Amino acid sequence: MKNVVFRIWRGDVNGGDFVEYKTEITEGLVVLDVIHKIQATQANDLACRWNCKAGKCGSCSAEINGMPKLMCMTRMDTLDTSKPITVEPMRAFPRIRDLATDVSWNFRVKKKIKKFNPRKPDAPDGTWRMAQADVDRVQEFRKCIECFLCQDVCHVLRDHHQHEEFIGPRFLVYTAALEMHPLDTEDRLPELKQAHGIGFCNITKCCTKVCPEHITITDNAIIPLKERVVDDFYDPFGWLLKKLRPKD
Amino acid sequence: MAYETFEYDVLVIGAGGAGLRAAIEASAAGVKVGLICKSLLGKAHTVMAEGGMAAAMANVDDRDSWKVHFADTMRGGQYVNNWRMAELHAKEAPARVHELEAWGAVFDRTKEGKISQRNFGGHRYPRLAHVGDRTGLELIRTLQDHGIHQGITVHMEYTIVALLKDGDRVVGAFGYDRERGRFRIFRAKAVVVCTGGLGRAYAVTSNSWEGTGDGVSLAYHAGAELLDMEFIQFHPTGMIWPPSVKGILVTESVRGEGGVLKNKDGRRFMYDDIPDNYKSQTSMDPEEGWRYTQNDKSAKRPPELLTRDHVARCINREVKAGRGSPHGGVFLDIAWIKEKIPNAPEHIKRKLPSMYHQFMQLANLDITKEPMEVGPTTHYAMGGIRVNADTQATNVPGLFAAGECAAGLHGANRLGGNSLSDLIVFGKRAGEYAAKYAKENPLGKVNDAQVEAAYKEAVAPFDRPAGGASEGPYQVQYDLQNMMQANVGIVRLQNEMEFALDGIQKLKARAAKVAVQGHLEYNPGWHTAIDLTHLLTISEAITLCSIDRKESRGGHFREDFPNKDPEAQKYNSVISKAADGSMKLRREPIPAMREDLKQVIEEMAK
Repeated sequence: MKNVVFRIWRGDVNGGDFVEYKTEITEGLVVLDVIHKIQATQANDLACRWNCKAGKCGSCSAEINGMPKLMCMTRMDTLDTSKPITVEPMRAFPRIRDLATDVSWNFRVKKKIKKFNPRKPDAPDGTWRMAQADVDRVQEFRKCIECFLCQDVCHVLRDHHQHEEFIGPRFLVYTAALEMHPLDTEDRLPELKQAHGIGFCNITKCCTKVCPEHITITDNAIIPLKERVVDDFYDPFGWLLKKLRPKD
Repeated sequence: MAYETFEYDVLVIGAGGAGLRAAIEASAAGVKVGLICKSLLGKAHTVMAEGGMAAAMANVDDRDSWKVHFADTMRGGQYVNNWRMAELHAKEAPARVHELEAWGAVFDRTKEGKISQRNFGGHRYPRLAHVGDRTGLELIRTLQDHGIHQGITVHMEYTIVALLKDGDRVVGAFGYDRERGRFRIFRAKAVVVCTGGLGRAYAVTSNSWEGTGDGVSLAYHAGAELLDMEFIQFHPTGMIWPPSVKGILVTESVRGEGGVLKNKDGRRFMYDDIPDNYKSQTSMDPEEGWRYTQNDKSAKRPPELLTRDHVARCINREVKAGRGSPHGGVFLDIAWIKEKIPNAPEHIKRKLPSMYHQFMQLANLDITKEPMEVGPTTHYAMGGIRVNADTQATNVPGLFAAGECAAGLHGANRLGGNSLSDLIVFGKRAGEYAAKYAKENPLGKVNDAQVEAAYKEAVAPFDRPAGGASEGPYQVQYDLQNMMQANVGIVRLQNEMEFALDGIQKLKARAAKVAVQGHLEYNPGWHTAIDLTHLLTISEAITLCSIDRKESRGGHFREDFPNKDPEAQKYNSVISKAADGSMKLRREPIPAMREDLKQVIEEMAK
């Protein structure tokens, strides 16, 4: 048994403040366990999202001592318990209550991205053939659990609030997974450049650092997409070629 | 009181694999669809499924066919399954998996570029389409990303507290949004319940907070019959250490990839007890077992890949006999394969990335170097709402159910991998037939008195003064979970279950006095109070059925009746709500299997 102090942000869209809770912890706990303990014993109405408690659903995102993390995957023995531990909601999204934020913007953004559109099946039975080597990189992107920590840490969203101009790292990864899908035939580059604002990303790689699935967001998804956009729109030779030999 | 009202042709409650698939199908049929999620979209418990989805595509072993899959499912379920569901499931799963690929799913591939398939307990041939060990995430994300473009209206973070009735028929649902606690009426011509599991009735479970049996309880109170509630699957391998992760699943794929179970003396105890009906398919030779996991078609399976109920009981036996691991489980060792293959650590990380990650991060243990400590965890309800095999309709007009909350396919024990395929096969069917029903029937009438009563009941915990006779909901929930775990768990006894049945009545009385603080907005204490009523309903059903079945079969093991009773193979347990509100149980004969299916089973037994 060890005594710890948690400073948890309590409040709603109109404001709030940190409230201190003192509690005892045993060996082998994660931050979410301590939140649950406080919820069960001291603050029945403490709001927080969680589901799987195994780092697979991406519900319990919060900022622990200022770092965007999954509460279920943050072991207490990785934190300095001699000082109060602060837990606050993600800052890039509007607050709902306590640790729960309004992440509905993310769901609206996804809907705007053109859906998967496969080529005709390869075999008469309606199935496709793909080599494992060709799907490896897409599978990396599809590991995403939509915890939105990458969105939370991205300064374009967090500090500059450009939610209307920029879709954020999560949806650049989502777009990359579609664009690099061996079967997909859709072209999403024009909107990536315009409405989805890929140019706002200046590759600070904060998103990659916080990704609990260790997806190399910047290097494997965003930079290749940026290169495709550049090739498509700014390469003079490519531009000339397109003029001379327009599609269709 | 006036409530904001939504109107749909088909309302789907639950947005895991089954709910999403049902919503997509209903929408494709051209009707207006509403979809209720208890959490955010894409977070449902389906994400936790690891190993894969079973479908006899014969991509890896061309001896596989729907017939083998059907026979495996029936044997796994110990022949109390709904054989028609098992037939439909085995026949339709391949098409449903291919459909996912057309919607963007990216499964692991074979050398020929087809969808790869892996071995799993109880499946004769490699049959599980998979994506590493995160197949459930792939399934739900594929359905989600496809579904959001199908014109379905999604209500995120809504909880349903009652199904609305017009006479005998279900005509909608009543519930609140978590964010603000505002109550809403959802009118619908047809309602599909896809609310998943009920593991939260137990102290050690792989289920998330959502798995409180809501749909089963809502359907029961609306007049639907429940089937075979005694059959609960205790997954043999849950994490047991550290305490924060107790119950979290360790996928069967660990064993499928060559992982072995050992007791504290280093003995592979699974060799000590192989059931007769699996002897012909199980290898006594560790070397042969290893070759099986490496897709040697001539090899027989190692005993670690016997059905889940059996493996769970063997682990339980080792622990009780004092041969367990330091924290009360046994050892699951995948690291040993370094004796067999070069670059074993890399191989393990590629095949079992989530498991590697999960143990590294949560237990500070490297599974490529050390064995894991595992023990049984409450995982899956084979029982649930009784449905028609073809249409997924319940006995209540206008009410359908699919997925874990429905019963029949898995009989007394579910095979790993048959759950994800269940979701897409019967989710589709439920959506299809609910849409058909909606086209043939008008909207029903909402009974205002029923709505008011449901509202009063839902908010009652706020009206009770804290202190005195009242207590918070959490303690009642813990007490229920501990009681079910101890008395209606993996090994069952008559007097313990009778004690539990009595205990449930006492807990009901306590639950009726539960008080919560705060207000309606995003209040987890209140939500727990509402979940409690569902947990108590389903716990009573589980206990009643378990007391009645005086034999051991699949997930239902009785120490006082340790053997199978051939007579008990002839019936299902059916629960219904009597006119006086009490819970009634009857045994109902299982219809005789069609001759051609009987022949399939005989053929496969050879």
